[in-house]
Amino acid sequence: MTTGAGTETPLQLERARTIFEKGAPGRRAFQCPARDVPEVDSEQLLPARFKRTEPPRLPEVSEPEIVRHYVSISKRNFDLDSGFYPLGSCTMKHNPRLHERVAGLSGHARLHPLQDPERAQGALELMWNLQGALAEISGLPHVSLQPSAGSHGELAGVLLTRAYHEDRGETRRKVLTPDTAHGTNPATVTMAGLEVVKLATNPDGGIDLDDLRAKADSEVACLMLTNPNTLGLFDQNIAEIAAIVHGVGATLYYDGANLNAVMGISRPGDMGFDIVHFNLHKSFTQPHGGGGPGSGPIAVSARIAPFLPRPIVVRCDDANGGDTNGTAPAPVFDLDYGNGPEGSKSIGRLRGFHGNYGCFVRAYAYICSLGGDGLRDASEAAVVNANYLLARLSERGIADYLPLAYGELCLHEFVLSGGPMKRELKIKTLDLAKRLLDFGFHPPTVYFPLLVEEALMVEPTETETKETLDAFAEAIGAILREAAEDPEIARQAPYTTPVRRLDEVGAAKQPVIRQAL
Amino acid sequence: MSRYTAITPADLDAMLAAIGVGSVQEIFDRQIPEAVRLDRALDLPDGLAEQDVYEHLRALAARNTSAEDELSFLGAGMYDHYVPALIDMLMERSEFLTPYTPYQPEISQGGLQVMFEYQTAISELTGLAVSNASVYEGPSAVAAAGYLAKLHNGRHKFVVSTGMHPHAIETLRTHAHGYGMDLVEVPLTGGVTDQGAWAAAIDGDTSAAFFAQPNFYGAVEDAEALSAAAKASAVTEATPTGAGVRAGSAVGSGGRDPIVVAQVDPIALGILKPPGECGVDVAVGEGQALGNRLDFGGPSFGFFAAREEYLRRMPGRIAGETQDVDGRRGFVLTLQTREQHIRREKATSNICTSQALNALAGVVYLTWLGRRGIVELGELLLARTHYARETLTGLQGVEKLHDQPVIREFALRLDGDVAAVRRRCSEQGVNPGVDLHALTGRAEDRGGLLVALTERRSRADIDRLADVLGAAVAAEPRAAVPV
Repeated sequence: MTTGAGTETPLQLERARTIFEKGAPGRRAFQCPARDVPEVDSEQLLPARFKRTEPPRLPEVSEPEIVRHYVSISKRNFDLDSGFYPLGSCTMKHNPRLHERVAGLSGHARLHPLQDPERAQGALELMWNLQGALAEISGLPHVSLQPSAGSHGELAGVLLTRAYHEDRGETRRKVLTPDTAHGTNPATVTMAGLEVVKLATNPDGGIDLDDLRAKADSEVACLMLTNPNTLGLFDQNIAEIAAIVHGVGATLYYDGANLNAVMGISRPGDMGFDIVHFNLHKSFTQPHGGGGPGSGPIAVSARIAPFLPRPIVVRCDDANGGDTNGTAPAPVFDLDYGNGPEGSKSIGRLRGFHGNYGCFVRAYAYICSLGGDGLRDASEAAVVNANYLLARLSERGIADYLPLAYGELCLHEFVLSGGPMKRELKIKTLDLAKRLLDFGFHPPTVYFPLLVEEALMVEPTETETKETLDAFAEAIGAILREAAEDPEIARQAPYTTPVRRLDEVGAAKQPVIRQAL
Repeated sequence: MSRYTAITPADLDAMLAAIGVGSVQEIFDRQIPEAVRLDRALDLPDGLAEQDVYEHLRALAARNTSAEDELSFLGAGMYDHYVPALIDMLMERSEFLTPYTPYQPEISQGGLQVMFEYQTAISELTGLAVSNASVYEGPSAVAAAGYLAKLHNGRHKFVVSTGMHPHAIETLRTHAHGYGMDLVEVPLTGGVTDQGAWAAAIDGDTSAAFFAQPNFYGAVEDAEALSAAAKASAVTEATPTGAGVRAGSAVGSGGRDPIVVAQVDPIALGILKPPGECGVDVAVGEGQALGNRLDFGGPSFGFFAAREEYLRRMPGRIAGETQDVDGRRGFVLTLQTREQHIRREKATSNICTSQALNALAGVVYLTWLGRRGIVELGELLLARTHYARETLTGLQGVEKLHDQPVIREFALRLDGDVAAVRRRCSEQGVNPGVDLHALTGRAEDRGGLLVALTERRSRADIDRLADVLGAAVAAEPRAAVPV
């Protein structure tokens, strides 16, 4: 492939202009509904001291200008519908359009969160069914759908652990996290007022059991673990880890970011975990939206259940489904705010209303589409795809420069080290990633996990074809061969993207974070 | 093979050969100990064809009474505003719907520019210099502001007006318990924060003071007075003996003022004095009203804006302007050393995924309204809300809960059981609003009804509400509520 250096693409020729730099005074897209009520002096309704004196300097543009502006800038994005996105730990699987259609039905989309439960039975039934499915998938029976994203679910989990210990009259300050953990784990621990204690990784990529035994004591509240971990490896010692952690009275927390490897194959509850969070925007197809929305439900064991955030959806089994005098049917599903004695142990709310219901609709539609067997098939295909891509990248001419960091096989993702590439070909992982952009691929996650030199973390997901995986492997091979000839090509990449490498240091040094008006 | 996967038997043979295993099962057997493998199928219903999933989800939707199905005056944090069609179109574009977080800026300029424009719009609306690119939603945005305050001054008390949304107070309490904060509630007088109690509650150990504008009961607060009182109280209350030593130094806070946090309704900011001009340090709120659907409570977005000095303690992602190697203008995620993936346990927040797509709807909506539209919309709501309040309080057995100015929502007290009145209205296809006591559990809210308007509720709709509500109250036994 040529670099295209010297000739600018049409997108590169476009100078980025914000919507605030477009339009003209007097233009508008909004037509205000008629003032159909009697005119009253507005000073009488809102005293001048409370009033805004100048209108906010929002854009003045027509509807066609808005459409053209946002459609134009959308074309400066790469997206999953256009190409391969092997971003490790992010599970960028296909987003079925059916989900957008059903989530957009007015009965879901225009349903007010404070609608009376008897007039929101469809929504509550959907939430009930989703709670049940997540309980079955995780092997943990009690579910709260409330957390807004994975890290919010983690916070819920650590606060639940804290509440559990406090209820037993214990103050435990330490939370163990492996050095391979997602950054959200330690950040969450601090926000929950506890302290992080790091655990070492053993040569097989799992938890170092000796280090765990040395650090597991009566001050430990919890061990936070991802399994398979961020190396794509299932910890062989999980049963022993659970025994050690439970042996000192601590809880075991499962970061569900990598659940896509084990749906229907192995369940966190059966591994001994007490608390798990799900990422509905990873394993369950909620589109990522360029950085959200997400949804991070949690499932917990019976001993943690009394502390769950409220409300949760309950089924009233004694409801008769309708009374005899022909008025409204008695609700079958209801919201439990935990006003009873048991509920008083709840950690409380984590957000407004009931969670990201729109994400629940999409995740539930996905589970309905696949069923139990289909979820297992999805995980199997994800693992086959990852191992196949690993095999292709283990070929001569690639693995010499990008060896697998740990293990032989993997589950849904794997981590390569770019160390030899950096030393022998004189290009860094960052350069490889940027050069991949010219080949039309989103790069893998880079420089994570931190313990792998020049890490590349690759997660193809189950929805990619073998042809795509082959094309990606061939692109990697081509970039390495090109670097052997002339490393400068990758070091200056990309060439064909709407903009080329950006000055991130300068952006942080003197931040410009809004349009000057 | 499901309809979303593509491994044919022939593919599988070739792939397993390349991997060097005899079967898929072998991959799992070699990696997952048998004791923790599931030895049965998941107990879930069988998978369905696309059309059958559609019918199932449609049937569930049909059992909900949405704002499409009744004349609804529900509000209390989420509002049935009209969402222009162009927002649906843009949110469904693959280029906005399906990318990941823009960690590779060269191929994410669209999303990054949207964030930059969004930050500009939120700064302009709130009158505060810096905005992040969104947080989850309203109440957790309040909690995030609390965490910023805790990091900023290290003090131990939050003072919270009872006029905050009850979900915001509960959410703040949940989060604050984690990092060891006390929470003190200040009551309302005449529908707004009691200024004497507010000033008395704030002292040298106060990390942040929170109020809502307009407040949960619809009343416009005197934001300037509350902000000024918060700063003044903290200085005068806890001045130690030594000259020149400022409040709070005794608790190691470096003598910083408490942070004043306002939870604001962004729709009202077209006509209300912006928080930045009222002495507010951090303005947060629920963004749903800006171009997002109700969705039974989410996803929407939370906005988070602050004075410049808090920039490096902001939670979440921030887009910044820069240049590429050829000098082209471009955008990147910036100040990432605040964030969890870099700073880990020292991060200013654990937030990772937030609400980029919903924030896109927000900035497109603000653009659609435009500089004049947002004022016109605010004025329309002000006039119709006044009309509705006067019309409804003209009914027998209906009175104002307070006399304060209101913008788009107001609280009433009904002479009669609110639940029963609401049921009667609902039989007529009218949802008159939120049962205040059912939501807050506060004794003083018994008999309370919170009525919200959007531009979708015309004068004729308000007149119909008055007819139906008047008849419903008249039909209920009197004086069921202690006055």
